[in-house]
Amino acid sequence: MSEKPTLLDLALTFNHIALASFGGGLSAWSREVIVVEKNWMQDEEFLSAVTMCRILPGANQVNLAVFVGVKFRGIPGALAAVFGLTLVPFLIVLALAYFYFQFHEVPAVKGILKGAAAAAVALTLSMVVKTGRKCLVGLIPVLLFLAIFLMNGIARWPLLACLSLLAPLAVAWGWPRGKKP
Amino acid sequence: MNAKTLVQILLLFSSLSILSIGGGNTVLPEMHIKAVGDHHWLTDKQFADVFAISQAAPGPSILIVTMIGYKAGIGATGNELFGVLGAILATIAMMVPAGLLVYLVSRVWEHAKNSPARKAIEKGFAPLTVGLILASGWVMSKAADHDWHAFLLTGVCTAIFSATKINPLFIVAAAGLIGWLGWV
Repeated sequence: MSEKPTLLDLALTFNHIALASFGGGLSAWSREVIVVEKNWMQDEEFLSAVTMCRILPGANQVNLAVFVGVKFRGIPGALAAVFGLTLVPFLIVLALAYFYFQFHEVPAVKGILKGAAAAAVALTLSMVVKTGRKCLVGLIPVLLFLAIFLMNGIARWPLLACLSLLAPLAVAWGWPRGKKP
Repeated sequence: MNAKTLVQILLLFSSLSILSIGGGNTVLPEMHIKAVGDHHWLTDKQFADVFAISQAAPGPSILIVTMIGYKAGIGATGNELFGVLGAILATIAMMVPAGLLVYLVSRVWEHAKNSPARKAIEKGFAPLTVGLILASGWVMSKAADHDWHAFLLTGVCTAIFSATKINPLFIVAAAGLIGWLGWV
């Protein structure tokens, strides 16, 4: 892993993630920046953090910012990351709120958003391809992957229901056995 | 804005913060009941519109509470400064309680660095997370890809993102341009 990020690094990096996610795809952008570009975390640690941040209450991406911030710089780190993630988007959303409630519409960006949203879906799908290549090796991980996709994506079961069935199996499978490497 | 609205904003969003297990979207129905039905801060149509705006705007989509807080703050007075105050309060109230919980959990997590439980969770949760990401891509696609043009754009972009190292920002910007030209 590279050097420990400073508070400014954390704020700027999460700001970059937030602004890049125009049209959606915030999780995929987080991985793109935190794992690929900055090399702050490895895929396995990052992915498990993503799911823990989903289980815990709160907005997933805000939670992830807290998690990454605390990991490197404790509470100040969490504050820096959350400020970075939310300050500029907050100002943008506030401006949009002003326009919306004043003029009952938002400046014409609809077409741009349509295109960007299609690309944001693509970024999310490519995250599946890239992370899947590394961790979907063997029968059991592939079955876990398919099962939770069918339950949560197709059948739309609530996250907690899916996890209470599959997480124990996943942890049992992942439990280290034999000699330490 | 009067003190009562201020307290209502703080109470509503800090309680939703703790209730939002699984992410901000899980408390949207409750948020709708309280903000539209009980407090009459916005109309049904306005709630649907601010939802769409917060989804599309950069940053976490939970910033829908910023817009609701803004409208609640303006409320009876019509003063935009109170709107800004309401927006700030709603946003902080929505993030702090859940954030504290994540802080506590991540401290425990750091302490457990070398425990077999943490290793098992990291290894075991990886395939589950990839499945959940595919599920959200699937759900996003249903909302974003209305016709075969958009599907094609998503397909081409997925191939580019997966197979090349081009900065994704260029691709998203190009896709935005394609949308602006009216091709999707």
